[in-house]
Amino acid sequence: MSDTHSQLAFVRTEMLAQKEPPAKDKGAVKWVRTNLFSSWSNTILTLVAFYVIVKLIVSAGPWFANGLWDTNSLSECRAILDGARGACFSVLSERWQQLLFGIAYPSDQYWRPTLAFVIMLVAAAPVLFVKLPRILLVVTGLFPFVAYWLLWGGTFLTPLVSLIGVIAGYYAFKNVERFGFVLGLGAGVIVAAIVWKIGGALTASMDDVLALRAVASRDMGGYMLNMMLGVVCISLSLPIGIMLALGRQSHMPIIKGISVVFIEFIRGVPLITLLFVASVVLAYFFPPETNMDLILRVIIMITMFSSAYIAEVIRGGLAALPKGQYEAADSLGLDYAQAMRLIILPQALKISIPGIVNVAVGLFKDTTLVSVISMFDLVGMIRGPILASTEWNGVYWELYGFAALLFFVTCYSISQYSQWLERQLRTDHR
Amino acid sequence: MCSSQPLLVTFREAIMTAYTDPPKESFQLSQLIHDTRYRSYTFQFIALVLLLAGVGYLLSNLFENLRNAGLSISYGFLGQPAGYDINQTLIDYTNQDTHMRASVVGVLNTLLVAFLGCITATILGVFAGVGRLSKNWLVAKLMSVYVEAFRNVPVLIWILIISTIVTIMPSPRAFKGETPDAEMLFGMVAFTNRGVYIPKPVWNEGSAVVVAVFVLSVIGMFAYRAYAKKLLFNTGKLLPMGWPSLVILFVPAVLAFFVMGRPIGIDIPKLGGFNFTGGIDLQRPLIALWLALSIYTGAFIAENVRAGIQAISRGQTEAAASLGLRPGRIMSLVILPQALRVIIPPVISQYLNLTKNSSLAIAVGYMDLTGTLGGITLNQTGRAIECVLLLMLFYLIISLSISAIMNAYNNRVKLKER
Repeated sequence: MSDTHSQLAFVRTEMLAQKEPPAKDKGAVKWVRTNLFSSWSNTILTLVAFYVIVKLIVSAGPWFANGLWDTNSLSECRAILDGARGACFSVLSERWQQLLFGIAYPSDQYWRPTLAFVIMLVAAAPVLFVKLPRILLVVTGLFPFVAYWLLWGGTFLTPLVSLIGVIAGYYAFKNVERFGFVLGLGAGVIVAAIVWKIGGALTASMDDVLALRAVASRDMGGYMLNMMLGVVCISLSLPIGIMLALGRQSHMPIIKGISVVFIEFIRGVPLITLLFVASVVLAYFFPPETNMDLILRVIIMITMFSSAYIAEVIRGGLAALPKGQYEAADSLGLDYAQAMRLIILPQALKISIPGIVNVAVGLFKDTTLVSVISMFDLVGMIRGPILASTEWNGVYWELYGFAALLFFVTCYSISQYSQWLERQLRTDHR
Repeated sequence: MCSSQPLLVTFREAIMTAYTDPPKESFQLSQLIHDTRYRSYTFQFIALVLLLAGVGYLLSNLFENLRNAGLSISYGFLGQPAGYDINQTLIDYTNQDTHMRASVVGVLNTLLVAFLGCITATILGVFAGVGRLSKNWLVAKLMSVYVEAFRNVPVLIWILIISTIVTIMPSPRAFKGETPDAEMLFGMVAFTNRGVYIPKPVWNEGSAVVVAVFVLSVIGMFAYRAYAKKLLFNTGKLLPMGWPSLVILFVPAVLAFFVMGRPIGIDIPKLGGFNFTGGIDLQRPLIALWLALSIYTGAFIAENVRAGIQAISRGQTEAAASLGLRPGRIMSLVILPQALRVIIPPVISQYLNLTKNSSLAIAVGYMDLTGTLGGITLNQTGRAIECVLLLMLFYLIISLSISAIMNAYNNRVKLKER
């Protein structure tokens, strides 16, 4: 055995160093071969796609590069460009306040919507990210009142009274709740209403305590209006949507019927017809002396619209829960309100979060439709005052591109958040 | 043991007596609140009263407001002459026709753009959805960009952008002269900033025969395919499918066309004066809306298609491959039948969304129902309530019928489980 080696001419005793893979099988070359040119059909596709991209870059590149940012009108842009292709971005640098805040919002008060926007981010954070400290939820609770004060102005006492009313109502609810959920709810509403009434009477003569300059609803516009409509309508439609979904699941035929008819009716008509209702019909349904402003009527209609869609999403979540959960809640002796609040809804809502976010994104995009009933949101600003002005008549690409970009950034980040959340909530291990 | 026996008997007797002699049911009013059996009636009664009170309140406001304004609800305005022109109509219409007829033109225009949009959106969506799953990195990324860009920007902005793109196409004047700046595609189709002009078929005498022959060949083709399938399942004999179908479909019709002396001609749009005449004129608003809706909805359909294909587990493909099926057959016999079950319901609801979004025609001046009945008619007659009600009713009917189709389909393809 030992001399086997000596009989052979040569035996390698050490391992050879690993060879490099062939040049076509490593690094960038391999990646290109497998991902772009793996077969002849793939090669054609790649070439076509490459052609499209090059074409886009060649046509859009110089347009961006030659863009002008500091002229005063389109004709000035054209004079400077002198026939060359180039964008006239100066419309953005000159009119950005109008695009963001609308034409009539007082320009020295722009800090108010901006501040409200920042507070909104802080207020949304603890709702969106569970790991943040819970104390931030205080900001979320205070946000609607502060935001109202900041956006519309007027005395701080109005939102303060409504806040006190809500708190008082909540305590009343907590104390009466043990006699029954419905009684608690009724007590809460009554107490809140009393507080509002008394507070309103007390503060009626104090219009200038901590007052910001009042801004009328019709002066709101631009992207701010889209944001306001989106945030307000989604927040209002969540509780309504939950009630509608529960109503549709109910065994009581009348309640179920009301919910089904409402949901199917709203989902069957385009939002624009509901906006027509808001602009030309809804006023007929209020008492003759009331004079509701358009923005409030639009908020009512959009809220109805989105609550029907949210109700369907939540119904999906309710239906996805195993029946055992309902039976377990019953066998614990919980009544309907307790079972829903403690067992069913927390789970059903968790399942429906991605769907709700989808509805929210869709609704936020749909807020641009208010421009059709001549409100000056972002799109309305562009189509109305800006494109109609003598300086900027004809600047389409820059303005529409800017609007598209704003919406894309907002909606894309929300949908990315939704996908992230879906991964977080996925409790099955795959 | 013995002592427990009588105890058991008495126990049983006690139970029996309990069964035979139930406690007297006496209904008390308090049960309406405390007894779950009756409480639901209380709730429903309260809900109904609240609803009726709310509706009554709103209606009384409505009637009071109408009385104050000296108005009344009436649909008589539909019979009055409309007095406005509609640029794109499928049926004859002049501004002397009634509002009713204008609305019908609007309905047809809505259906036209919805129909065209659904077809192109499906084609685009299928390509983009499959492309997003492509192994080709560049194509997959390009399709992702398309899908995300269109899904995250409002459809109204896309309609306006695409309408702007359409306006930068050459004007009809560019087609003029010895060396025109723009040429017609295949000498037949002209893309101009006023719209697209396409050839129009001209039906001369005898064309009905050709059409009838073609319809018969379509039926014949399906009959042949059914026969071939039956033969395959019964005897295992495989008849060729592809070329015989094509032959059955086209040869008789082409023969009839020549036998009848070429009765079907085409009317090619020609440049006359400052614009094209002849052919079919698809005006700019229609083109813009159609393109925008199909590209926008296509992005959503692409996501549905992708989800549907991904929902089929890889094992299905592998199992089919191990049975010896070729890739084309794997797709058509194994993957698609399963994927379509997942894809079709959401795609149908995308069709519904497209139809509802077509109401944005008003932003580009396409006269669909929202533009005629909900736009000019409403503004001219001031009949806001009636117009909006009719508008909603129309869309409601469309939506409910599409939902009915979807439910029927879902029931048909539902997995038959035991």
